[in-house]
Amino acid sequence: MGNNNHRLSGIKKWGFKKSPWVFHLSTGSCNNCDIEILDAVTPRFDLERFGILLVGTPRHADILLVTGVVTVQALPRLLHVYEQAAKPCMVVAIGACACSCGIFDGGYHVVGPVDKIIPVDVYIPGCPPKPEAIISGVVKALAKL
Amino acid sequence: MRTTIPIGPYHPLLEEPELFRVVVEGEKIVDIDWRTSWNHRSIEKLAESKTYDQVIFLVERVCGICSTSHPIAFCNAVEDLANIEIPERARYIRSIVAELERIHSHLLWFGLAGHYIGYHTVWMWAWRYRELVCNLFEQISGNRQSYAMMKIGGTRQDIKEEDYSRILKTMDELEPKVNMFIGAVLDDPVLLARLKGVGKLSKEDAIKWCTVGPVARSAGIDVDIRRDYPYAAYDRVDWKVIVQEDGDVLAMAVVRLLEILESIKIIRQCVEKMPQGPIAVEVPEIPPGEGIGVEEAPRGECFHYVRSDGTNCPARLKIRAPSYVNIPCFRSRFIGERVADIIIILASVDPCYCCTNRMMRIDDGTGERTLTEKDLLKLSWEKTERIKNKFKGCSRSKLLE
Repeated sequence: MGNNNHRLSGIKKWGFKKSPWVFHLSTGSCNNCDIEILDAVTPRFDLERFGILLVGTPRHADILLVTGVVTVQALPRLLHVYEQAAKPCMVVAIGACACSCGIFDGGYHVVGPVDKIIPVDVYIPGCPPKPEAIISGVVKALAKL
Repeated sequence: MRTTIPIGPYHPLLEEPELFRVVVEGEKIVDIDWRTSWNHRSIEKLAESKTYDQVIFLVERVCGICSTSHPIAFCNAVEDLANIEIPERARYIRSIVAELERIHSHLLWFGLAGHYIGYHTVWMWAWRYRELVCNLFEQISGNRQSYAMMKIGGTRQDIKEEDYSRILKTMDELEPKVNMFIGAVLDDPVLLARLKGVGKLSKEDAIKWCTVGPVARSAGIDVDIRRDYPYAAYDRVDWKVIVQEDGDVLAMAVVRLLEILESIKIIRQCVEKMPQGPIAVEVPEIPPGEGIGVEEAPRGECFHYVRSDGTNCPARLKIRAPSYVNIPCFRSRFIGERVADIIIILASVDPCYCCTNRMMRIDDGTGERTLTEKDLLKLSWEKTERIKNKFKGCSRSKLLE
């Protein structure tokens, strides 16, 4: 899948870069990456100082953080959430499963990695990626604007 | 009037996909239903295509929080099957890693529980002190989570002697913080009013719904796999099982907090008594047969069953994760409670939904279906198609008749 073409200018770009809101979506993960995402917003890493805020609905989100393989049951939900998110919307695939199915490759309930379903902008490998890696990934996503 | 409130599957309160349907009459909850399996990753089936050594990495990823409980339970099962006696040093290392995991899991739960009832400072503080344990894990195993320390016949990595002091130092740092949390919970009149008597689980119900772990212990059932079926080094150190009588949310919080102190005690003794020697034994060919392994995960009894047919892959692996047996008790705890207490009662069993996603749903037998816009369009198009086919080849005049 090709990448999204995010061409923003002026105040829109400034707003997006200074305060990207993220929505976390677990499509079939083992909780590891989800915990590390939450870890990144707690005091030691404190993502919120960069204006990055975890929000409760995809309609408010600029960035989707997707963790885990896409399972058969989660597939329609993933598409639904992606459709709901306001565009331009960056997609960050977090963890080995979201990037390439990882150890769960070949399971009967596994559809595939996230980029088989929706376009992905940044891949963060690792099982689980450390919070530093997640922060670095989000920063790289912003640099693509 | 009855109203159904759906919570999930992708809901801001739940970090994992899970759907609860809560039926309310005004403020009062009258029924609760549970849907699952957005996270089902077909682990048991995948295990049959992997070798015993690979399966350990697979079961480590059943759940990210209990990522050493499942490998220990699996190793126990295979060691039971093949009659392997693990070296003494490996037993102590297993205990240390498992107890460190319990500390980090309980702190994680405590922080989230604080967040759910509006004590955000508790969330930030608990997670900050949890970082001490994560740092320790990074030093001894190389990874903050998914430590890959376990192996059939022992452990994969040793805990080096220079790390002992770091472990003890972290425990010294952690203990006053946990005591502070315990004092904060037990002395705060607001917390007591908020949590006491909420989501009560009676002893009879706890037995009836087969609860395990801290949930059972908070309702007065004295059960702990570490004491009842000792594995690793738990029978070689001095510690006690924490039991509370009330079975409400407060009792569950107290059980978990006091367990952290017990875990600190166990780790200190394990480090002091750690014997020298090898960390793993040579594993022979796995013979045909069956084995059972149990482990007290932070959430309760974790059970693994392995059947071998003599090849290097298990013929069958069955996993019973603790949350799967703890969640059904919601049915007796929710009815009669208030809407505002839904989330803290949900959180009180420390549910791990990744462990509980056990099946792929093909037909649930209720005949209940949710039709989306796409399904409705498809049905409409199919009907048109059927009528078209019916009239295929007919002349216009005949159709008009």
